[in-house]
Amino acid sequence: MRAVDDEMRVPIDGELDILTARQDARELATALGFDGVSQTLIATAISELARNILKYAGHGEILLRSAARSGARGITVVAADEGPGIADPALAMTDGFSTGHGLGLGLPGTRRLMDDFDLVSKVGSGTVVTTTMWARRP
Amino acid sequence: MPVPILAQAPYLIASVQAALTDADLIGLQNGLLDEAQRRRCQGVIVDVTALDVMDSFSTRTLQSLAAMLRLRGVETVIAGIQPDVAMAMVRLGLTMPDVRTALDLDEGLAYLQAKQQGSAGRGQ
Ligand SMILES: Nc1ncnc2c1ncn2[C@@H]1O[C@H](COP(=O)(O)OP(=O)(O)O)[C@@H](O)[C@H]1O
Ligand SMILES: [Mg+2]
Repeated sequence: MRAVDDEMRVPIDGELDILTARQDARELATALGFDGVSQTLIATAISELARNILKYAGHGEILLRSAARSGARGITVVAADEGPGIADPALAMTDGFSTGHGLGLGLPGTRRLMDDFDLVSKVGSGTVVTTTMWARRP
Repeated sequence: MPVPILAQAPYLIASVQAALTDADLIGLQNGLLDEAQRRRCQGVIVDVTALDVMDSFSTRTLQSLAAMLRLRGVETVIAGIQPDVAMAMVRLGLTMPDVRTALDLDEGLAYLQAKQQGSAGRGQ
């Protein structure tokens, strides 16, 4: 097993990379003290974001890092690509909207799975989704 | 990793062992359609106890698998969705309304058996 750093970068170039990103996120989340339920929510969000990268941009990367905010610990997932971008981000965030014959739940669902969510996209230059989950205090 | 399909007449049981790639899912779909035909089976259970994530892609694939089998007269039961996986699915918006689910493999088998007895009774 690899050592868990507090930042990991997973290139997304094929289907198996989705599984790697999910697994790396579980390891980092465990190291940061997240419980099993939170790990599953994070892994599911990553599955959606990484698949979007593969499907719409062809390739990109998932960056995982620890976050801190007034004593709370968090895990931040950045999904970045230099693909075609999203023409209407508000529309893409609507449940059921898909240009790829999908269920259209990946982006809006990821917002519901995680605590903080930010989508920046520019047509022709790419898409960056930055999302964070904060550890529940015991 | 391909999903093994076991015959337990008149049912088929597919036990997912690990995270599924797209190729595994397509293989599972084709394998179940073929075997259901060949063995003239009445029900299929897909045991997903080992899955740690069900995302919109795998959910949709299992839903269309169930729809295809239903058109062939075969009922599909998805068994063993883990509690935290169920939580993540509901947050995503995936509720699988048209697919029969069961707590685990035993419950899934019990459901299919009860259903078969029910329809045999009506036929007499
Ligand atoms: N990384 C991306 N690059 C370009 N377009 C994207 C990207 N991610 C999402 N989109 C667009 O946003 C839409 C909604 O995405 P999502 O909610 O994941 O649903 P789905 O993938 O099922 O279509 C997609 O159909 C696509 O048009
Ligand atoms: Mg998607």
